[in-house]
Parts: sequence; C-alpha cells; structure tokens
Amino acid sequence: MSIKVVEETAYKLLKLAVTVLPRDVRTALEEAYRTETSDIGRAQLEAILEDVRLAEEQSRPICQDTGTIIFYAKLGADFPARKGIYEALVRATRKATKEVPLRPNAVDPLAERNTGDNTGRYIPYVHWELFDGDYLELTAFPKGGGSENTCRLGMLSPGLGLRGLKKFVLDTVIEAGGKPCPPIIVGVAVGGGSDMAMELAKKALLRPLDQPNPVPELARLEEELLSAINETGIGPMGLGGRWTALRVHIDYACRHPASYPVAVATQCWAARRAAARIYADGSVEFLTHEVG
Amino acid sequence: MAVYKLRTPISEEEVRRLKVGDVLYVSGTMVTARDAAHRRALELARKGEKLPVDLEGAVLYHCGPVVRKVGERWEVVAAGPTTSTRMEMFEADFIRAFGVRVVVGKGGMGAKTTEACREFGAVYAAFTGGCGALAAKAMKRVVRVEWLDLGIPEALWVLEVEDFGPLVVAIDTHGNNLYEEVKRAVEDKKAKIYERLGIS
Repeated sequence: MSIKVVEETAYKLLKLAVTVLPRDVRTALEEAYRTETSDIGRAQLEAILEDVRLAEEQSRPICQDTGTIIFYAKLGADFPARKGIYEALVRATRKATKEVPLRPNAVDPLAERNTGDNTGRYIPYVHWELFDGDYLELTAFPKGGGSENTCRLGMLSPGLGLRGLKKFVLDTVIEAGGKPCPPIIVGVAVGGGSDMAMELAKKALLRPLDQPNPVPELARLEEELLSAINETGIGPMGLGGRWTALRVHIDYACRHPASYPVAVATQCWAARRAAARIYADGSVEFLTHEVG
Repeated sequence: MAVYKLRTPISEEEVRRLKVGDVLYVSGTMVTARDAAHRRALELARKGEKLPVDLEGAVLYHCGPVVRKVGERWEVVAAGPTTSTRMEMFEADFIRAFGVRVVVGKGGMGAKTTEACREFGAVYAAFTGGCGALAAKAMKRVVRVEWLDLGIPEALWVLEVEDFGPLVVAIDTHGNNLYEEVKRAVEDKKAKIYERLGIS
C-alpha cells in the first residue's frame, strides 16, 4: 500500500472538515434554531444554517478562519505504510491550502511572518496514538483562533473539588461571552497534569454531539453545567438568547494528590471535524461524512 | 427592531437614526482591516499622509478573508468577521481620522469605541461569526487590494458589496452597547446560577 493513500485521504479530510459540517453538529444547530427564544439569537442561528448550507453546496469554507491544522492519528502497529506519514500530512496541508483553499494561518512568532502554506515548526500538529491493529484512523480537526483564545487552564485547589470545577467552567464561559462564536461546545477535563487536562478537554470535543457520555456521573455533570451555561443568557454570538452552548463534554484522568487541573476548551459552532480509517488493503472508510 | 438598507457613502444623519437591535444591510464600498492595517493607517494619519482608499462614509469590516486569484482577478471565497476587541485600541482614533460610518465585526467593542460612535456618528454592527460563505455571497467584486505585504488576512481588501447582512446594530450613536447590556444581564443572573450549582 502506498503512502499516497494517506496523503489523499488527509487532503479529503481537510476539505470535508472546512466545507461540510458533520451531521450531528448541524442537527444540534437546527434544534437550537427551532427553540431559540430571542429574535436576534434566532437571526444568528438562521444565518449560521444558511451559511452551512451554502458552504456545502458551493464546496467553500464554512468560515474564513480555516484554523490551525491539527490531526489526531491512531496508528495501528501493523499498519503497512508507517513510513513518511507526517510528511504526507504536510503535503496534504499544503495542497489543501492552495486548492480548497484554506487561509494561511501559520505565523512564525519569532520572525512575525506568515509561512503562507499552513505548515511550519510543529504545524500541522499531530496527536499520535499507537494501538494494536492494522489500520490508521485520521481525524482532521482544524481549530479557529476566536474560540482558541478563550480556552483556559486552571490549576485549582484540590480542597474545592467539583465545586471548583463548576465555578471555573462557568466563569470561563461568561468571560468568553460572544468571542468564541456561540453557541459553543465546551470541552472540559479534570485531572492528569496541565498538559493532559488541556489535551483531554480538546479531545472531548471530538465526541459526536448525539453520543452520551458513557460515565453516568459525568453525563449528569454535563447536563448540569450545560443548563447553568445556558441560563446565563449570553446567547448566539453573545447578543443574548437561550443557546450559549450546544453541549458540554467532560473527560477526566487521575490527578496528583496536590493538583487539581481543570481545562476548558471552547469550540465555536463550526465544529469542523472529519475522520476516516485507512485499512491495510488501502481501502478508506469515512467515519464522519458520507462520501460518494 | 427595524430593518434598514444603506448604501455608501453613508451620511452621519443616516447612521444617527439607527438604534441597537436594528437590522442593517449595506451596499457599496466595504474595506477590510484587521490589527496590522489599523496600526499602519493610523501611523500614516499621524504623519499627515493619505490612505490608499477613501473611507469617508464607507463600511469598515473586521475580516481576514480567504481569497483566490483567478487569472489576474481576485475572488473572495469566504469572508466572515474576526473578533473586534483586538481593534479596540485603534478604533476610536480610526473613526475620527477617516470618517467611517459603519464598523462591522463580531464579539463587540468597548467603551472607547462606543464613545467615538456617539461623538463622530458611527455604528458598530455585528455580522454572524463564522458565516464566511454567507458573507462571500454578498461580495460582488474585489475592487482592489492594498498593503498585501501585510499578508492576505491583514491586507486592505476593497470590496463591492450588495445587501451585505443581516447585520445587528450593536453600538449606536446614542451611547448604547448591546453587548454591554447582555453582559450586565449575565452578571445579574450569576449569583443565582452559582447558588444552583452549589458554588456560592
């Protein structure tokens, strides 16, 4: 099997991610539109649904901020094309930047220069995970700057426990207001260390919106936080209304006895994720989108 | 919530009629500028030099578009708004120096801009964040681009738009700021929400 399959699939995933919103996100936005009580809020959701429709129909980016290019890669130990995967992802990113097109969003902070092709030091960024199997599962999850800027990490006091977490999540969403383009999806993680918490909070955003949290205690906490967040009335785009967040997704890891890291990853309504599995025989199965 | 359609050049009188919550569609000349373009424009104004484009009565748009070049012609692919607070440090001076009448962005702006809107006669209007494809639909033509050396997202894109909207007037010329109103309402509810979560 040729590495070319990885490159082609990665290109398709980037294109799908930025042009076609996954069905579950669209359904959640439609539900918000149907039940929004504020006129201005409803107008925002109407514009969003029209934008999503136009983007898909015309195969153009949903949002002009096509994000920082991030992949999640689950690599099977027996996947036959293990060599040169990162380079294939870089080539796919350059091609997508030129052909979709994507906005060049990689700025070298030392030279203060945009690299022009969405690649550069550590970019595209890949979260690698190894497992015993023979396929490669790739997820493209480009992240916009507006909602990235309102992500927060809190190294809280363990003595506060879950009360500290609840306050931190609510305060983070209130401080963010309209900036992360609500209705947002709120990824939360508690435990691990500072790095693990942020990583898990972001990964929680990958869970489809129609899939409940398998941990009943967390499912309840998600509901409780979601209703508290929506009670704020920040509303679509921070212009007031019922829908500030579509979902809260929580994950956790064991923590150090002295630490209580809580990470909050805010995701704009354009939760652009696209995933596919590349099997050992070179066949490709798309997981988030119907590809004809 | 009234609906208005305005065409550039927009007069002071026209914008002074608008109130927060009104819906607005604009046609005519719209110019994009983000942080870097604001900084450069104000440096030129300080030196008494002219901008490459006349902004009197025009619409300013906080936006870094996705564009593509088809032959010699630029085409807008997606062009939703960027977060406006980054321009708060420049906007009051910008409105005063260049006479823009409508500033379009997302997420709202602060007290200095609100005061400048009142004093000089301008409004801030919100376009729905993320709606890049919808925005591009109203952009009929790229008239020209200036300051491309700042990078594609940061350049001044001079666009001809037709019924660009819906925009929600979020800061009017009477000192009202819709985002601040929402924020105050959220603050008022906070204690009750804390209590329900058992964190007060």
